[in-house]
Amino acid sequence: MQSIVEFKNIYKSYPGVIANDDVSFNIKEQSIHAILGENGAGKSTLVKILYGHVKPDSGEILINSDLAIINSPSIAKNLGINMVFQHFSLFESLTVAENLILGMNENISLSKLKDKSKTICDKYGFNLNLNSPISSLSVGQRQSVEIVRSLLNNPKILIMDEPTSVLTPDEISKLFKIIKNLVKDGLTVIFISHKLEEIINLSDYVTIMRNGKVVSTISTQNEDPETLGYKMLGYKVSKAKQVSDIDFSMDIFNIKNLSTQSKDPFTINLNTIDLNLKKGQIFGIAGVAGNGQKELMEILLNENDYEFTGDIIFKGLNINNLSTFQRKSLSISYVTEERLGHSAVPEMSLSENIFLSMNHKSEFKKGDFINFEKINSYASDVIKNFNVDTPSYNVKAGKLSGGNLQKFIIGREIMSNPELLILSQPTWGIDAGSEAFIKNTIVELSQKGVSIIIISHDLDELLEVCHLISVLYEGSLSNPLNVEDINISKLGKYMGGLFD
Amino acid sequence: MVFLIRVQLREDYSNLIFYLSPLVAVALTLFFGSFIFLILDLSPIESFKIFFISPISNSYGISELFVKATPLAIIALGLSYCFKNNIYNIGAEGQLTMGAIFGGGIGLLLNDSTSFFLLPTMILFGALGGAFWATIPAILKTKFNTNEILTSLMLTYVALFILDYFVVGPWKDPAGYGLPKSMPFPDAGRLPVLIDGLRVHIGVYFALIICLITYIIYNKTLFGFKLKVTGLSSKASQYAGFKYKNLIFYTFIISGACAGLAGLFEVSGPIGLLYRDISPNYGFTAIIVAFLGRLNPFGIILSSLLIALTYLGAEDAQLFLKIPSAVGFVFQGLVLFFLLGTDFLNKYKVFIK
Repeated sequence: MQSIVEFKNIYKSYPGVIANDDVSFNIKEQSIHAILGENGAGKSTLVKILYGHVKPDSGEILINSDLAIINSPSIAKNLGINMVFQHFSLFESLTVAENLILGMNENISLSKLKDKSKTICDKYGFNLNLNSPISSLSVGQRQSVEIVRSLLNNPKILIMDEPTSVLTPDEISKLFKIIKNLVKDGLTVIFISHKLEEIINLSDYVTIMRNGKVVSTISTQNEDPETLGYKMLGYKVSKAKQVSDIDFSMDIFNIKNLSTQSKDPFTINLNTIDLNLKKGQIFGIAGVAGNGQKELMEILLNENDYEFTGDIIFKGLNINNLSTFQRKSLSISYVTEERLGHSAVPEMSLSENIFLSMNHKSEFKKGDFINFEKINSYASDVIKNFNVDTPSYNVKAGKLSGGNLQKFIIGREIMSNPELLILSQPTWGIDAGSEAFIKNTIVELSQKGVSIIIISHDLDELLEVCHLISVLYEGSLSNPLNVEDINISKLGKYMGGLFD
Repeated sequence: MVFLIRVQLREDYSNLIFYLSPLVAVALTLFFGSFIFLILDLSPIESFKIFFISPISNSYGISELFVKATPLAIIALGLSYCFKNNIYNIGAEGQLTMGAIFGGGIGLLLNDSTSFFLLPTMILFGALGGAFWATIPAILKTKFNTNEILTSLMLTYVALFILDYFVVGPWKDPAGYGLPKSMPFPDAGRLPVLIDGLRVHIGVYFALIICLITYIIYNKTLFGFKLKVTGLSSKASQYAGFKYKNLIFYTFIISGACAGLAGLFEVSGPIGLLYRDISPNYGFTAIIVAFLGRLNPFGIILSSLLIALTYLGAEDAQLFLKIPSAVGFVFQGLVLFFLLGTDFLNKYKVFIK
């Protein structure tokens, strides 16, 4: 089989990050080619370049051995390249057929289009009623509409960006059957994923990317999740600068048998999670996004009275039924994954954002009134102690860069002297300087006896700061691995869901 | 040729323009309103004089301006609690009616009372009646997740029918020649006027006091902070540990009580009894007042005066220009339309390709 796509030395940088660094590999015609990597490895950027959505700084793409300059998606479509995005672009109030005709480049009558779509649906087993409005469709069916829309353009190459992330297991196996049939009929599918098992089940070849670079392009035939995971993570060296002579003996926080039984197909159900955290310990929860991190964090925060069974115990006290407010009052602090609009309000000043999280503290209140003087001085201290680059505490939080705001938020929580600090993606999307500062702060904090839980997709980060790491996979939490003598291949296996 | 209009969120939209946009909206309303007069073959300048200046060129006119502005301001101040919290209580008209029924009912039941306490009791029941009526959409929203816009609006018509029932039924004035109205309230149940011979009443003081209290609540208290955070981001509000359902109740109750108060002031003030048409849509117009005043308590006082003027102007225009008084509503509509327009353009950039 000859190569249908050849990437040659693709390079693309964004301010502060190199998304694609000298990426070269070939994709064989009529194959399913997966691109595997952690979040931020550069997978999405690469396929967006192929689809003409993003312009590379340098490098070439050959399609069928001819140099192709793909400046826009419409050029890509003319070359037979189509893409199904992770987020759909469908008009809710229009019917399936109306949405399909909107995506057509050529002029075609609605009845002709319906005939054509019907043929495609019947042939590949898409279960779609062309006359139903999009709003009545499930997520899986909506994705089918997107795929049919692409197929109507008679593509040679179909790019799918994490197509399974929104699907239920049942829908996934249906999708895989369809993809395999499409390839039999001559299509080439480029498939982005970070789910190891899926890649092995579905794809013929896989290109593994890490930090914008291609690690290798291999056939999946002789791979299993463990070996793939190992290659995806790389030979990570633990830079643990932890002092190991601390006596981790005092229980601070326990999760016992935590499970959820949600009927919502798009939430991950947690499965008998156990966790034991000692005073001064940093516990990392690794795992690829969408394996239950969101649900676990919601239960820890108790923002929405998420229903669960099991027990959450803080210093011997069962806190299952305590509200967010009460948990904060017990000196548990949280930093959520989303900064703007969750752990901070962008339209409000830094001072007001202090009070956002500290409104349980009586020192900031005089009865029902707010003590702005105290809050302002607290804000000044956070800004000074945590190197937040801002002219004053009256600046709106939305004006700060991601790194500065994160330093401010973490500083805000730390200055309240928590005994347990729960962080979700603490260094996600921020500059390297702030990242290093935050990591050091976390380590120092643990040495002062604060217990910390970090939920993160960034294994490097966890290996660097944590004492223990567990992996969350489809709602189950692995047994913790000690970072001191961690076995990377075991960690890779855990990432693929193969626990002991 | 195809025009493609693209809309893009501005990275940092101007706060100054946010507060200036009501003035822009008023200017645009006057500009486009002048075309209405031109079409009707009237001189715009003369018409505007009759519409906006002659109504307040004497003490009676100014008194009437306050009579109209008082209920608008009180209701709009109450509504601002809901709107700040992203709760859309559209049913202030019904809550006003319920306040009039409850408070006015006390006045009718204790018809021979001369007690000093009659009026305060009526005021209290007026507020309670409005609050009671506003609790219904709050319960429906928190328990069944219904849309408060629909429920509060529908309840308005229910309240109007209840009032109808009372004034043609049990509370009909036996000496009223069969007209659908109640007996007049006793003197002890009438709202004192500020100046003899004019209709402006002590409701003005209530409006100012509510304005001040609201200002303090919004800027100095935990409750005001909760409203602000919840209005800006519901997730941040959860993160802060605020209970959204409680806030729904509080804001509905406050806005309902204010509307009920305004309703009682109308019937025990200028009107003096209960009948069918106690309010010229104050409860709906107050929505415009609240937004035109930028949900700011002092802004609401100013905008209530402006919108009150459109009521008076419409009456004068009917008398002197022989045009329907509905022109007043046209002006209110135009102001709201241009206000929403300027807000949109302040928030978004629009490109035409």
